[in-house]
Amino acid sequence: MAKYPFKRREKPLTRSDLIKVKNLVKYFPVYSRGVLLKKQMGIVHAVDDINFDIRRKETFGLVGESGCGKTTTARLLLNLIEPTSGEVFFEEENIFEKFQSANKKEKLKLRRKMQLIFQNPYGSLDPRMTVFDLIAEPFVIHKHIPKNQWKDKVYELLELVGLEEYHAERYPHEFSGGQRQRICIARALAVEPEFLIADEPVSSLDVSIRAQILNLLGELQERIGLTYLYISHDLSSVRQISHRVAVMYLGEIVELADTDELFKEPLHPYTKALIQAVPIPDPKTKTMKIFLLGEVPSPINPPSGCRFHPRCPHAKPVCKEKKSALLVINPKHMVACHLSNPRMRMHF
Amino acid sequence: MTETILNIEGLKTYFFTEAGIVKAVDNISFNLKKGESLGLVGESGSGKTVTALSVLRIVPKPGRTIDGKVEFNGDDLFKKTEKEMQRIRGSEIAIIFQDPSSSLNPVYNVETQLRDVIMAHQTVSKTEARKKVIELLKVVGIPEAETRMREYPHQFSGGMKQRVAIARALACEPTLLFADEPTTNLDVTIQVQVLNLLNDLKKKFGMTLVIITHDMGIIAEMTTRIVVLYAGRVCEIAKTYDLFERPRHPYTEALLAAVPRLDMRKTLRIIPGNIPNLIEPPSGCRFHPRCDYAEQICKERVPVLEKIEPGHFVACHKWQNIRLKGERSH
Repeated sequence: MAKYPFKRREKPLTRSDLIKVKNLVKYFPVYSRGVLLKKQMGIVHAVDDINFDIRRKETFGLVGESGCGKTTTARLLLNLIEPTSGEVFFEEENIFEKFQSANKKEKLKLRRKMQLIFQNPYGSLDPRMTVFDLIAEPFVIHKHIPKNQWKDKVYELLELVGLEEYHAERYPHEFSGGQRQRICIARALAVEPEFLIADEPVSSLDVSIRAQILNLLGELQERIGLTYLYISHDLSSVRQISHRVAVMYLGEIVELADTDELFKEPLHPYTKALIQAVPIPDPKTKTMKIFLLGEVPSPINPPSGCRFHPRCPHAKPVCKEKKSALLVINPKHMVACHLSNPRMRMHF
Repeated sequence: MTETILNIEGLKTYFFTEAGIVKAVDNISFNLKKGESLGLVGESGSGKTVTALSVLRIVPKPGRTIDGKVEFNGDDLFKKTEKEMQRIRGSEIAIIFQDPSSSLNPVYNVETQLRDVIMAHQTVSKTEARKKVIELLKVVGIPEAETRMREYPHQFSGGMKQRVAIARALACEPTLLFADEPTTNLDVTIQVQVLNLLNDLKKKFGMTLVIITHDMGIIAEMTTRIVVLYAGRVCEIAKTYDLFERPRHPYTEALLAAVPRLDMRKTLRIIPGNIPNLIEPPSGCRFHPRCDYAEQICKERVPVLEKIEPGHFVACHKWQNIRLKGERSH
């Protein structure tokens, strides 16, 4: 492990986009029980018309509470599930069209560019495989590295994620949670991806281990120029490693901004509530307040208009009727709320 | 000086597994003042949950409390018969577990589960007990209590289930409540609601609250005094404010520097290594393999808990010699 403390690169970020998401929608139909007479009961609006782009070498944070569509978004970006409508461009290429038209070889080539790390490193590693086999498995599938170089490559990857060579002969159960997550990262990096989705990578780890993994992700970005989509419900860790953050609520993006701006000047009432709900590890700042009553409504029949209106302290009749578009407040900040729209001021 | 409600001395709870003896709680001592909110902080395997279970004498097999004394209002709990303990559990000391989905019984409706607790401890009729259940559900903020109490746990959301679990713990108005990671499975906006509820109920019933967690944020917001545990031993005991401002134990300091904060970005410090294996824990101070300040003596001798100022105790050989980075400049 590198000894130097990792510092998040402040600027400048290249403006070229690696990923562009346009009007992405994913609905899941819900059926009633029964074998013969299956009847559609409703539609889960998991992801509903979201737009964003991820720039090269940046960490894009996606936050929201459980059930807001974060993981569905990740699965759509990797084409693990098909969208209901909308497009995802990876390096200017529409990945859904590509996956439909391409042959197996081309598909694998595209898969190599994007990888995923899961939340639970206990469930995502096959207990019967040694670490060497686990990390070399992508080589078997993608055949991008000749067999005589496997050993060197595996050792190189182990070194990259802060493990030792002798770990290669061991099995997953011999490792702690943090070390397993390192193995998962090494496995994802084995195909030399450009884009890595980290879906709650530290949530199941102990507090003293989380910093190790967060710093490792940062170091790897510096060393090999990775682009991340960092998905989490933990706002503190999102603030720590993301350059830009999108806040999701019931399948929609309600606010998108540069990290510092979002946390210093949140505009959407939901973002404000989320930030105020997080307890801060400092007894001098007592900030924790109840701001939101009730719970997230069901995504099967989401509320009309702005989906947040039933819980919003500022809601007015207009919020019930009309959904706000994602308004550009300044080049670094977008929000979907009538409250921030000067043309809607007469309603408030 | 306020009254001491619970006094734990030299508590040792070991798990006798096939692989060896796991020293989950190894000589832990601390006390609880009446009406305070105490935080029990530690990572997984630090012994925080086992401490709570040991007090209630419900350590699961193959675990056993082999030594120590637990005095509750001056009575030694380890000398009580099982029958007397049953009376104390629930009516005097109650506990809320981390995962409400697994601590509530899925085959009984909420009313039955809560009524059973009340009727086990108090001589009341079924109708009276039912009234009490409705009242309790209202206290913990469940709307339409009369109809919802007939529903089963799976019909409640995570936050609502935890409210039911809290209602069950409060059913007989205990004087001491252990909350074991009460909000770990909940979303942040629901977490605030539950934590605020606990605070309100604490005031309302004049309870003593022990919050068991690894979340330094919750500790800072909710408690007045903290006990930091590491690998089955106490590292540091201090008032919340002092602990965050002037941590004296290298582990406490490192832990505080390793958690990201929402209100500022900082360089996260890495605590090297992993949590030790409790079958063969490190010799001497159990934190020494991961400690920046460790010296020969730390490997050889177990540090004792020393009083360094009123109300502040530390178990570290070097606390006088080291200048912790924890003396933060804000």
